[in-house]
Amino acid sequence: MNTTDLVQRDATTWEIPPVGAMRVPIILYADQTLVRDMDEKVREQACNVATLPGIVDAVHVMPDAHWGYGFPIGGVAAFDAAAGGVVSAGGVGFDISCGVRCLLTGVCDEAIAAVAPSLADALSVAIPAGVGSTGPVRLGAGELDHMLTGGARWAVDRGFGTVADLERIEERGQMLHAKPSAVSDRAKRRQRDEMGTLGSGNHYLEVDRVAEIFAEDAAAAFGLRRGEAVVLVHCGSRGLGHQIGTDYLRDMVVAAAGFGLRLPDRELACAPIESELGRSYLGAMRAAVNCALANRQILTHLARGVFASVVPAARLDLLFDVSHNTCKLENHGGRQLFVHRKGATRAFGPGHPDVPDALRAIGQPVIIGGSMGTASYVLVGMVPERAWSSACHGAGRAMSRHEALRHWRGREIVDALARRGILIRSPSLRGVAEEAPDAYKNVGAVVDSAQAAGLARKVARLEPMVVVKG
Amino acid sequence: MWEHFVHGADIGIRGRGATRDDAFAEAARALTAVVTELDSVAPRLEVPIRCDAPDDELLLVAWLNAVIYEMATRRMLFGRYEVCTHDHRLVATAWGEPVDISRHHPAVEPKGATMTALRVACEPDATWLAQTVIDV
Repeated sequence: MNTTDLVQRDATTWEIPPVGAMRVPIILYADQTLVRDMDEKVREQACNVATLPGIVDAVHVMPDAHWGYGFPIGGVAAFDAAAGGVVSAGGVGFDISCGVRCLLTGVCDEAIAAVAPSLADALSVAIPAGVGSTGPVRLGAGELDHMLTGGARWAVDRGFGTVADLERIEERGQMLHAKPSAVSDRAKRRQRDEMGTLGSGNHYLEVDRVAEIFAEDAAAAFGLRRGEAVVLVHCGSRGLGHQIGTDYLRDMVVAAAGFGLRLPDRELACAPIESELGRSYLGAMRAAVNCALANRQILTHLARGVFASVVPAARLDLLFDVSHNTCKLENHGGRQLFVHRKGATRAFGPGHPDVPDALRAIGQPVIIGGSMGTASYVLVGMVPERAWSSACHGAGRAMSRHEALRHWRGREIVDALARRGILIRSPSLRGVAEEAPDAYKNVGAVVDSAQAAGLARKVARLEPMVVVKG
Repeated sequence: MWEHFVHGADIGIRGRGATRDDAFAEAARALTAVVTELDSVAPRLEVPIRCDAPDDELLLVAWLNAVIYEMATRRMLFGRYEVCTHDHRLVATAWGEPVDISRHHPAVEPKGATMTALRVACEPDATWLAQTVIDV
């Protein structure tokens, strides 16, 4: 991105003042190198978001931002319903509530390393991953609706995990006001066989070692100890969320003119929050959030089963579960706002009432996923809040899939990572090549910028040992 | 004729043909090629697909999303398509087979067809172009 017309506020905060139809400025949080490396499309898309009705204060752009659909990935924007604010299907995206959870094993990395090949094999068998995979749960219509309103709580009620898990999930595992009736039959059909599946692309289940602690206070509160192993699960709402995104994107594009909305980009498809279509989308999107939470809960249960057999000493207690692609009604400074986070993580600071009791004094864990060979990070939310209490969500791609395929072969990557002690299991070597670690930005620079910008504080760095890729 | 084009995070697909229908069919072949090698998909089963939309470009999105839906719910891949469009209504047949992980080595699962870089047009050389970006 060309930085010459950006106003630099400090080392990691940049502003694009409003021009033309923009109602608010853009604020980017990143160091100079990351800003320069951002696609110009990020600026264009953020400026488009700034033109939407009812937007409040600013469009916030995270350090890992890249070209998305309508919204930039890494874009955060809040809307006031009372001021004619909109909800945007494009602002949430196709993979609704895609997110990451971190589980604490309580065992040291040597214990994992000693059984790593058999653990990798067992996980790759137990965790349905990749194109065409089906999950261990088949849902009839009635049960599917229960899942869509119950989320992870539904899963726990069906024996997938424990009640204690729910305290460590956003919305305590259940997004309220979900509306299964607003979810199309096609979306429900698409999900019928996909509960408890990882998906593909950048979705994964990893066993990591805690390689470095940056903040002893938060690490202690989170139960993170250097040299111990954790498990990360990264996936979303699967086919149901994808279909809801597809359905409502089309409906909002077609309805836009009727609402008097002039969309600078059709992908910014939106509807007034206080419209039937807006309310319907919110109900369907919340159902998809519940689907994602239930899905990660079932995958957690499957992982626990494997560990019980291969590493019996491991506990797999849930540290926290975060979602990336959402629109949530939140209280910010006494105002009720609909906060869109597209490829961004909610990051409530210390004292926030929505942080679980056991963690409230320290803040909400923010889990930043890596890319097979690179590190992942655990951060913690900060006060005062910035960007509507939001932080980055990952490294962000630096290279297209097309380019990655030209650079690498999947087998070379699997072998190279094995030499570094990282075992990869995937049904697709081409998929591994497309997800090559070097196809992503430097996640370390991204989290450094997030910390310097006051979005979230670094707590721990995680290094992969075993990766099951979709 | 089909090709992929670069998108930062996902994959652009482009179909070309002598008619709009051919371009739509080629775009769908490009979609399949996002997942696997086209030559690896045997046309053993045929699946009818219908959709409609308010304009040509949204019809391309609807068509590709209909293919994605059939791929997902039938757990199939399609290597051949015949498309007939009229007045923004589309009737098509897709030929393919169930996903075979060991043979197809599917790389990635398409989530949906976006409206990014969306274009359906008759080019100056009279060939038709149909393109968009697929979120994977």
